[in-house]
Amino acid sequence: MTELLRVSGLRKSYGDKVVLRDIDLSVDTHDVVCLIGASGSGKSTLLRCLNLLETIDDGVVEFEGRDITDPRVGVRAVRRRMGMVFQAYNLFPHMTVLDNVTLAPRRVHGVPRHEAEPQARALLARFGLADKVDSHPDRLSGGEQQRAAIARALATGPALVLLDEVTSALDPELVGEVLDIMRDLAESGTTMVVATHEMSFARDVASRVCFLDDGVILEQGPPAQVLGDPTEDRTRQFLRRVLTA
Amino acid sequence: MAEAVSAEDWSPSARERERQAVRRRLGLRSAGIAAAATVLLIGALVLLIVSSPGWPRVQQTFLSWDHAKAVFPAIATGFWLNVRLFLVAEPLILALGVLVAVARQSTSPALFPVRALAVVYTDLFRGMPTLLVVLMVCFGVPALKLQGVTNSLFWLGLVALVLSYGAYVAEVFRAGIESIHPSQVASADSLGLSRAQAMRYVVLPQAVRRVVPPLLNDFVSLQKDTALVATVGLVEALNAAQIYANFNFNYTSYLVAAAFFVALTVPLARFTDWLGRRVAARERGGR
Repeated sequence: MTELLRVSGLRKSYGDKVVLRDIDLSVDTHDVVCLIGASGSGKSTLLRCLNLLETIDDGVVEFEGRDITDPRVGVRAVRRRMGMVFQAYNLFPHMTVLDNVTLAPRRVHGVPRHEAEPQARALLARFGLADKVDSHPDRLSGGEQQRAAIARALATGPALVLLDEVTSALDPELVGEVLDIMRDLAESGTTMVVATHEMSFARDVASRVCFLDDGVILEQGPPAQVLGDPTEDRTRQFLRRVLTA
Repeated sequence: MAEAVSAEDWSPSARERERQAVRRRLGLRSAGIAAAATVLLIGALVLLIVSSPGWPRVQQTFLSWDHAKAVFPAIATGFWLNVRLFLVAEPLILALGVLVAVARQSTSPALFPVRALAVVYTDLFRGMPTLLVVLMVCFGVPALKLQGVTNSLFWLGLVALVLSYGAYVAEVFRAGIESIHPSQVASADSLGLSRAQAMRYVVLPQAVRRVVPPLLNDFVSLQKDTALVATVGLVEALNAAQIYANFNFNYTSYLVAAAFFVALTVPLARFTDWLGRRVAARERGGR
């Protein structure tokens, strides 16, 4: 196990509102770290900070042994190694699914089309989208769109994949197909940081669960401990609310 | 499956047939009212004009069939110049508009002067009447006596139109670019695309689709404004009509010139409407 990502003392605020405080987090290769917590607790912001979509106010983020919060570090070089999947899919509506998936390999990594396309087709087939390759995103169901978005994030072979509540915008009957893919990825060793409301996924798949409350990681540990026998009152309250809902 | 069942077994009930009959009756009544109202209004307008004291004289000076026939070839020749101006100007305006709009969105420090220039250009040329730009370019540029710069009024007039309309079109493109949701840019960023690549592959293609209807509207306007080069002496349709009117003391030529412009702008306007509806339908879903 090598350490892939280390966050120490991260702080982020919007104006006067502090949304993340004293965040310490370490992710090893092949880890699946689940971030849980109420809406507004800072899960999404934390992921956006890791991907440098947000500028942090203090602390350090080290990725592959390098401090990526140094302003001189090329943002693009970091993102070439880190994929991100969004809650609202954010596929490019004017491109086919295949073009969505091959855009980054071709334009960012310089893979020629005749190599990028078979790779993308294989990836899409693995995600059950073989017959949707040439469709535009608006022809796909929410679950299919999100699977395509995951394929797009994976197409460049990133070292780390960030997933931001990727099932929250889906109809209940479509959640399963996306979670299945994430389980599949976890089993094949993909390193992931996952913000999620799916407690059963966290319990089954996570190597570590972090409970965020009001911008702080209140407790973190193996899922059995954090979800089964939490030490903090706030965690217990949150879990009671989620599990009885 | 549901279709197959209904197609075989369904025939409208008595109540439904009754409703259809009522709808037909109401439809006929609406059409009748619309027709009557139209005939009444147009009739009143015609009566008003024809019964006015000056009508015989207007008929003579504006609506003479003989004068129309006589001036037709001259105006047709002049109008061909308008069409040429329009056809050459349009692609140049599009290119200039995109360039200026994209330049305004750039973030690199090295491009600061370009960005500043783009802002000054749009502010300046959007604020000036097109006629003024035509006069300044066509009279001002030759007065500079620059080596190698054309003195052809056609090309100078063209440059004036491109400068003036380029500023408008740049603003249309900018509005389109800014209408693309930030999540699309975040998505492109997260894939490692550069700013320029995100613009080229993600933002601009979506923005252009969105602004086609307003762009075509500007082009309808450009078709008419090609007549502004008449002021510097180019014999296009309006100038040809003016020359004829001055020599023959008859204004029918103006009406003929107007007819030429309308004949070209109306189809483009209808096409714009149609395209706008199609884009709207697509935004609502399905393609």
